[in-house]
Amino acid sequence: MANIMYWEAIQRAHDEEMARDPLVICMGEDIGVAGGTYKATKGLYEKYGPLRVMDTPISEGGFTGLAIGASFLGVRPIVEIMSVNFAWLAMDQMFNSAAKVRYMSGGQLTAPCVFRSAGGAAHQLGAQHSARMEKVFMGIAGLRVVTPSNPKQAYGLLKSAIRSDDPVFINEHELMYNMKGEVPDGEYFHPLEGSDIARAGTDVTLFGYNISVHWCLKAAEILDKQYGISAEVVDLYSLSPLDREGIRKSVSKTHRVVIAEEDEAPVGVGSEVIAIINEECFFELDAAPVRVHSALVPQPYNHTLEKAAIPDHEDVVKAVLKLFGRG
Amino acid sequence: MKIEDKKRVLREMVLHRRFEERCYQAYIERKIGGFLHLYPGQEACCNGVMEAARPGHDYVITGYRDHVHAIKCGADPKEVMAELYGKETGSSKGRGGSMHIFDAAHRFMGGYALVGGPFPLAAGIAKAIQLKGGDEIAICFLGDAANNQGVFHETMNMAALWKLPVLFVCENNLYGIGTSIERSTAVVHQHKRVAAYNIPADECDGQDIDIVYEHARKAVEHVRAGNGPFFLELMTYRYRGHSMSDARGYRSREEEETWKQRDPILMLRDRLITAGAMTMADYEALEKETDAYIENDVIKFSEESPEPRVEDLEKYVFADRETQLPWLTGKAA
Repeated sequence: MANIMYWEAIQRAHDEEMARDPLVICMGEDIGVAGGTYKATKGLYEKYGPLRVMDTPISEGGFTGLAIGASFLGVRPIVEIMSVNFAWLAMDQMFNSAAKVRYMSGGQLTAPCVFRSAGGAAHQLGAQHSARMEKVFMGIAGLRVVTPSNPKQAYGLLKSAIRSDDPVFINEHELMYNMKGEVPDGEYFHPLEGSDIARAGTDVTLFGYNISVHWCLKAAEILDKQYGISAEVVDLYSLSPLDREGIRKSVSKTHRVVIAEEDEAPVGVGSEVIAIINEECFFELDAAPVRVHSALVPQPYNHTLEKAAIPDHEDVVKAVLKLFGRG
Repeated sequence: MKIEDKKRVLREMVLHRRFEERCYQAYIERKIGGFLHLYPGQEACCNGVMEAARPGHDYVITGYRDHVHAIKCGADPKEVMAELYGKETGSSKGRGGSMHIFDAAHRFMGGYALVGGPFPLAAGIAKAIQLKGGDEIAICFLGDAANNQGVFHETMNMAALWKLPVLFVCENNLYGIGTSIERSTAVVHQHKRVAAYNIPADECDGQDIDIVYEHARKAVEHVRAGNGPFFLELMTYRYRGHSMSDARGYRSREEEETWKQRDPILMLRDRLITAGAMTMADYEALEKETDAYIENDVIKFSEESPEPRVEDLEKYVFADRETQLPWLTGKAA
C-alpha cells in the first residue's frame, strides 16, 4: 500500500492506462504543458506527447464533443472539465451524444468516454465556481456517475471507468486533491456500481458521498465518543445507478437514516435515497429520514455566508441527535 | 465522372427522391411518427460529394435530414424505411427514428437532432483517424443554419489547430427552419466564415452534380492528403418544408418554382439524354422500376417487420452487462 494523494492516484490511473493502450488519450484545459490545474495529469505530456495529451482551447462543448466523436472509433478519451461549473457548456454533448448514442443507434455505436470534473465549494470561489452538480448528471439514462471519496477510489474508479464501454462522469472535489490515503500497489479496479461501508454501526445510517463521507465519518466519531450512538457510514460512490441493495441492507440494520450532501436539497441525492428507501424498505424505518444539505442559494462569496450555506460534520451530528430526540 | 457512373448516380438519385416522397406518403398515412425532414431538391449535394469520396470507407455524419446520406453510404433502404416505421429490423432497431439513422458497418455515424451537434463529433472522428493512422476522412454534412451555433466556431478552431482530416460540407438551402439566411446570419456566404480559422474553403452550385463533384474532388483530395480540414459550401434548396408541419409561409411559390427549374435529377437526366446515353423512355422505365422496388421491397419489408419487444425497452441503454462485469463489480481478471 502506498500512501498517496488523491491527485497522485488519479495521475497514476491515467499513466497506467495510457501506457497499456495507445488509444487512451486525455484532454482538457491546461492539462498538458501546465500539468493540470489540480496536477491530475502531471508529467503525462512529457511522456505521451501532444497527440495523446491534448491542451484544448477553452471550448468545453467543442472538445467534449470531439472526445465523444473519437470514442465512436474506439479511442478512450479522458476529458478533464476544469470545474464542474463549466460542464454546463459541455452537457449537450455529454447528454445528447454520449449518453444516448448507444440507444438511438440500436447498439451500433458506443461512447466509452470518461468525463472528470472538480465540483464543490472550495474557498470563496463565488457563485460560478462553487457548484455541486451531481444532481444534474445522476438522472441521465446511459451515463454512469461515480464520485470518489478517497485516493483508493479515485484511482480504482478511474481505472474501471476507462475500461468500461459506457460513458462515465467522475465527480471529484476541489478540496480533496491533496487528501492522502492508502492505494494498493498493484493494479486495482474499483467497482463502478455499489457502495462501500466506510464505517460499520448499528444505530443510524449516515449516507454520504465524496466530501460528505468525511463529514459523516467525523460525525460518527463524535456520536460514538460523546453520545454513545453507533453510526454506520455508507459511501455512495456510485450516484448512478444508486446502490438500492446497499441502501436497503443498511437501513434494515439501523432503522434510522441521515443523508449528507453538499448539493442543495431539491432533486438531489438525499431525495433519491429517501425514494429508494420508500420503495425498498419503508417499514424498516423507526423515524423519518433527515437530509443534511446546502442552502438553496447561489454560493455566496463572503466567508461567513459561504460557511453558513455549506453543511459540515456538526450539522450531521445535530441531525442524528434530533432523530434520537436528543437535539 | 464517367458516363456509366453518371447513369448509376442518376439511378441512385431517383431512388433517393422517390424514397423521400414515399416517406411523405407514409407519414400522411400515419405509418411514420415523430418528425420527418425530407431531402428532395438537395440530392446533388450528398451524391456529388460522396462520388468524390469513398462511401463505406470514409466516415460520414450529419443532422436529422439523414435518410439519403445513410443510403448513399451503403445502408439498405429497406432498413432505413423500417426504422421510420419503428420496426425491430430498422437500421437503429426502431430506437432512433427518422432523425437517428445509423449504419456503423458502412461508417455512417449517424443523424443527430441538435443543430450543429455533429460538428465536434466529426472532428473527433477525424482525431481518431489521425491517431490510428488510416487514410479515411471524416465528412460532416450540415445545413447553413448550424453555422450559427457556438460549436461551429469551437470545432473550426480545433480542426484547423490540430489539422484534422475532416471535410465540412455546408448544404446551404437558404433557410434555418423557417427563417431565411438573410434574416438570421450576418455573413450570408458561409464559406467566408471559416477564413477566420485559416480553413481553406470553396463554394459552388449544389444543384448540378457535375459541378458539385468537381469541387468535392478537390476538397476530398485536400483533406485526404493530410492538409487538414476543408469547408465546402453548396448552394441548394429543399423543396419541402423544414419538416412535415411546415407550410412554407415564409417563402414564395415563385421562388420555389425558380429553384425547381434547376432540379438536380432532371438536369442530370437531360444531360445524359443529350449525350445519347439514355432515352426519355429509359428514364420513365427507371422511375417505374424504382417505384416498384420501393413498394414491393422497401415498404413491404417495413410493413411486415416485427415491432421491437416491450421486454427489450431498456436494451442498449448501457453496454451488455455480462461484458462489463469486471468494471461494474471490480472483479477484474
